[in-house]
Amino acid sequence: MLTRRILLLSAGVILTAKGLVPSPARAQNLDQAAAFITALGGDIATVVNGPGTAADKQKKLQAIVDRTVDVDGVARFCLGRFWRTATPEQQKEYQELFHRVLMMNITGKIGEYQGVSIVVGRAEPREGAIMVASVVNRPGNPPSTVDWIVSTDSGSPKIIDLIAEGTSLRLTQRSDYSAYLARNNNNVQVLIDALKQQAGQQG
Amino acid sequence: MRRLSRPLPLLAAAVVLATMLAACANKPPADDSDAVAEYNQTNDPLEPTNRVFYAINDGLDTVILRPLAVAYKYVLPETVRSHTHNVLTNVSMPLSLFNDMLQARPRRAGDSLMRLVVNSTAGVGGIFDVATGWGWPDHDSDAGMTLAIWGLPGGAYLFLPVLGPSSPRDATGFAADVVMDPFTWVGQGVVVSTLGWTRYSLAAIDTRAGLLGDLDKIKAQALDPYATIRSLYQQHRQSQIDDARSDDRATVPVWFAQPRRP
Repeated sequence: MLTRRILLLSAGVILTAKGLVPSPARAQNLDQAAAFITALGGDIATVVNGPGTAADKQKKLQAIVDRTVDVDGVARFCLGRFWRTATPEQQKEYQELFHRVLMMNITGKIGEYQGVSIVVGRAEPREGAIMVASVVNRPGNPPSTVDWIVSTDSGSPKIIDLIAEGTSLRLTQRSDYSAYLARNNNNVQVLIDALKQQAGQQG
Repeated sequence: MRRLSRPLPLLAAAVVLATMLAACANKPPADDSDAVAEYNQTNDPLEPTNRVFYAINDGLDTVILRPLAVAYKYVLPETVRSHTHNVLTNVSMPLSLFNDMLQARPRRAGDSLMRLVVNSTAGVGGIFDVATGWGWPDHDSDAGMTLAIWGLPGGAYLFLPVLGPSSPRDATGFAADVVMDPFTWVGQGVVVSTLGWTRYSLAAIDTRAGLLGDLDKIKAQALDPYATIRSLYQQHRQSQIDDARSDDRATVPVWFAQPRRP
């Protein structure tokens, strides 16, 4: 009885110790995430400051976003509790629209990114993901702090959130959607129609 | 006359009016736990009233403040605007210093004090921000944050006429800041009063011009701009408070052995 308890206890201690001491794999993940954001900053700068027409650049930037951002995951997060009540068709349609609207919002004003540079700071674990701190410099604007939340759950690093000056982009988006739904009888179809209109208007 | 020229009574009147007109949002039924959690998280029981004031402010902004900010940005070159911003920041530095001290943040108070001294002298009356380059960067500090660090809860979200997004704690903080600001009490007469109003108006336009791109984007892209602004305000305030709270840089002089940080 006693030996079993000791065994359990020591197993517990080992497990906790493993959690407390950063394992090489974890440190590697942090480094990987920081390198991922550094590379992303370089890629964006190359596209935005490089040659080519605005449409060309937009296409290249879209490819970067598709490769580095977990758009479907962000879409699910933004719909929040209404994801479960939506039908599979609605979920699919919503995800496609979310993707289009997000792309438009990111690449729509590509001229604003001219001369942008990202200085990556330290990476640290946060709420099951990794937060990579950075300072984004844009000419004519004061430098702003942007934290990139990177998840490595899928094997390769993907951005799941951006925290600009202390405000989470996906949290803000979710509160926008939920307020809109609350004023429309929590009907997901109304939200989808509104997104459709947004996608059509600007696209 | 002089009393009337201060924004404090105006604010008090606005807050009283807001409370009188207050209507309450319907609390969701208790069995819908998701909806209740959301209701508690948004923390906006006065939403119907707040939305009315948001609409009024938005209208005023569209016809007055936004055009002024656009004109300001159009007429004046970037350098003039940034120097104006520097002067306004420098004028509010004594207030920052008081709040840093009240928050018991010695390194932040040191930053504010050195910024005031360096920028008022080497920076020619605050026109140039020399202090940032010399290692005393700017930070946010106001009485709303001070009250938060003292442990006062924020209270429900408020959208106030003219002032915009706020909370009982931040509105109290705003009033306290006006009282604490030495420039509220310096001198009297037409010149001083005019200078005071010039400062407030310029600060409003400067702030609005800084938000021009962001607010335009929110109004164009958000389905519910009111809710988006509410969320942004609440998150941003929390992060300002967290930053002040976690700023525990050591106060050991640079030439002394530095304590190791964990």
